[in-house]
Amino acid sequence: MNGRWQMTTSTEASSTVRWQQRLKLAVAKASVIASLAAAFTGCGNIEPWVKPYERQQIADPIMAFDANPVSSAYKDHVFEAREGSRGATGSAGGGCGCN
Amino acid sequence: MRFAFALLAAFLAMLLSVTASAGVLPDDRADVLYHRFEGGGVTIHGPSVLVRKKLAEKYSVSANYYMDYVTSASIDVQVSGASQYKEERKQWSLGFDYLRGKTTYSLGYTDSKENDYHATTASFGISQDLFGDLTTVSMGFSKGADTVQRTTTDPTDPNRRIVDPSFKEDVDRWSYRVGLTQILTKSLIAALNVETITDEGYLNNPYRAFRYVDPENSLKFRLATEKYPHTHTSNSASITSRYFLPWRASVYGTYRFYTDTWGIRSNTGEIGYVYPLKNTPWTLEASYRYYQQDHADFYSDLFPRIDFQNFMGRDKELSTFSDQAVHLGASYEFAKQGWGFVKKGTFNVFYDRMQFKFDDFRDARDTSVPAGTEPLYEYGANVYQVFVSVWF
Repeated sequence: MNGRWQMTTSTEASSTVRWQQRLKLAVAKASVIASLAAAFTGCGNIEPWVKPYERQQIADPIMAFDANPVSSAYKDHVFEAREGSRGATGSAGGGCGCN
Repeated sequence: MRFAFALLAAFLAMLLSVTASAGVLPDDRADVLYHRFEGGGVTIHGPSVLVRKKLAEKYSVSANYYMDYVTSASIDVQVSGASQYKEERKQWSLGFDYLRGKTTYSLGYTDSKENDYHATTASFGISQDLFGDLTTVSMGFSKGADTVQRTTTDPTDPNRRIVDPSFKEDVDRWSYRVGLTQILTKSLIAALNVETITDEGYLNNPYRAFRYVDPENSLKFRLATEKYPHTHTSNSASITSRYFLPWRASVYGTYRFYTDTWGIRSNTGEIGYVYPLKNTPWTLEASYRYYQQDHADFYSDLFPRIDFQNFMGRDKELSTFSDQAVHLGASYEFAKQGWGFVKKGTFNVFYDRMQFKFDDFRDARDTSVPAGTEPLYEYGANVYQVFVSVWF
């Protein structure tokens, strides 16, 4: 009888611990989501640290990642046809029968 | 896992809920380019024409026509005993962009045709400017479908080659891209790109062969048609950054890491410099690129026997090798004050010197030494581009 009672108590205790863990995890997840959501909601109103009128250097054509798309597409093709690697060049790519 | 989805959903919701004001579509522009590649016994040249035009400041359409005229007597052709061949590749692409607030939606379609290969690719992309336009997030997806064929000697005319009616295979391709561009300071911008590509189908080159040891043969080796796996998935990530120098010049650096299910791992690094000459219409540029890769799991220069393993390939593109490229370019700006409907134009001449050095791909054309002891192969290439760009 005594052993059964102890066993019941032990099962209830472990069940309680599991629920507490789940609750803690749920609270942690909710906190992360809430804080991220709060951060993201605020992000729309983030004060840009580089003002629009301070972007003349960034907007200069010599700063463009892809100043000449017709040339960069050709160069990507030249390398892709001769190297085993592909992708992450920033372009959409396309089948070229390179194999 | 559910937590990750929740975060992703929250992020996507955030992306879609950002108040929009105005984004920017690419400039109206036309480019006419002539390209030429010479190296490794191969000459490839042809034109490329790209035109892009905005409509109602909300839409942008683009069209590209590209051609390759190929004359090849590469090492692969020579080792197989075939003679020099000529072929053409024609490719056209159409693109459509729709700008709504700070979101740009893009659609694209590309069709590439050779006498023995046909590739089509459809793509969709979305990009969003965020945080006062300091950040741009983009995502894209492409689906490709290829038809692989091969040519053979015409049984009725030995001097003529025809498409082999008994050989026709398919390849399906999927590509997923994510990109992030960030203005970091008044003079520094960086971009991160990640892309996963999966192919399924006939991924061999039907003309290429692997070689295996055959003591009975006078060359001590024989050739057999390659056997590639039918699936291939690759992951690549790149980071690139540009910095504006006080004397109006820019310096940039790029690094890319690549890995795939065939066992190839590679690293690519590039640095460059762009310098407009003061009080002249000239802009000069120079860059250096280095690439290194490890060989595929099923690659060998010389297999011990014909049935050594399930998959066997000897493409030099699958071997361990490195290449270096030096790029020099000059651009001349004309019609700076406008000329008729033209706002400005540039005339550009670019030259690249490339050097490929293989660590486990041997020059099997050398029959003076036992198979497997030939000198390692290497070749250089010259790449020329001449193009005119007009903004209107």
